[in-house]
Amino acid sequence: MAVRVGIVTFPGSLDDRDAARAVRLVGGTPVPLWHGTHDLDGVDAIILPGGFSYGDYLRAGAIASLSPIMSEVISAASTGMPVLGICNGFQMLAEAHLLPGGLIRNDHGTFVCRDQRLRVENTTTAWTSAYAGAVSSVAGATEITIPLKNGEGGFIASADTIARLEGEGHVVFRYLDVNPNGSMNDIAGITNARGNVVGLMPHPEHAVEPGFGPDTTDAMRSGTDGLPLFASALTALLPA
Amino acid sequence: MPTIVVEVMPKAELLDPQGKAVAGALARQGRSQILGVRVGKRFEIEVAGPADDAILAEVAVLADELLANLVIEDVISVHFAGADGFGIDATADFASGNVTTDTSFDEASTPEAQAEIREGLS
Repeated sequence: MAVRVGIVTFPGSLDDRDAARAVRLVGGTPVPLWHGTHDLDGVDAIILPGGFSYGDYLRAGAIASLSPIMSEVISAASTGMPVLGICNGFQMLAEAHLLPGGLIRNDHGTFVCRDQRLRVENTTTAWTSAYAGAVSSVAGATEITIPLKNGEGGFIASADTIARLEGEGHVVFRYLDVNPNGSMNDIAGITNARGNVVGLMPHPEHAVEPGFGPDTTDAMRSGTDGLPLFASALTALLPA
Repeated sequence: MPTIVVEVMPKAELLDPQGKAVAGALARQGRSQILGVRVGKRFEIEVAGPADDAILAEVAVLADELLANLVIEDVISVHFAGADGFGIDATADFASGNVTTDTSFDEASTPEAQAEIREGLS
């Protein structure tokens, strides 16, 4: 039986269908979920997609984090269900306190859209296990390139929180080459202590199909470095 | 109906890119005497019932939980509208006495500034 991955659509979600396609490409069954219900439809994992829920009113992700379905997402996360927040979804996870820290406007004040190199710092989470030894492994560290597009992607947290994230290996993705938004310690994505909840600003779902991904040295738009992220959750959930 | 004002500012130690952009625009207008700008939010919240400390305390809790994200922002002030002489319900609040009578903050600090204000008003 295929693993069922729920993708929640909020008013103003943008990349829900891209995330669904990514799930389908790795052999999972994407299940559309609606923000206004308390129904998780029995899914095995949840993705909070990118976009501009509620027009980023109040703070990015703040109003969505209070949606009816988010109370179900929070309790599912506490029982260990894999939950992934991409971009606006990461902002929701921070606002819902499922992940520490916060996301503020980019330090340079403008929206940024680029293919971004990242280092996968932690390959033991529910969403990154398939990166272990995968893609372009350089000296034990896995480096990937996936698109990044945000206006409020600056990760910030108190000095104590940053020290704890670094000390306990909860930094999952780190920006390489350039820091595109002023994030502290070049942090692009983090996880909770259990490793089932992961949030990141860049968009793995936009690098899953040759012809539509970032450029690589092999060919234009051939990058599919986002695929292992979705494959990780499926592998973790399939019975051995 | 009383109105409660909540003011929220980005944490002082954090960069405020919005304020920086405004400060840059002002500098381009030749306003070189303006050294910095920080941009925050003001919420005006209508509440039912009497304007008392209980409702103020209740809104203060909501301010911490929802109106501000204390990871990145501080709640600067929670007060009844009109107490600061600005915004909606100021007239009503002055009429009902729901306002401080302390006007010392309106007074200019130096005789020169006071003269300037008198000149401006006339």
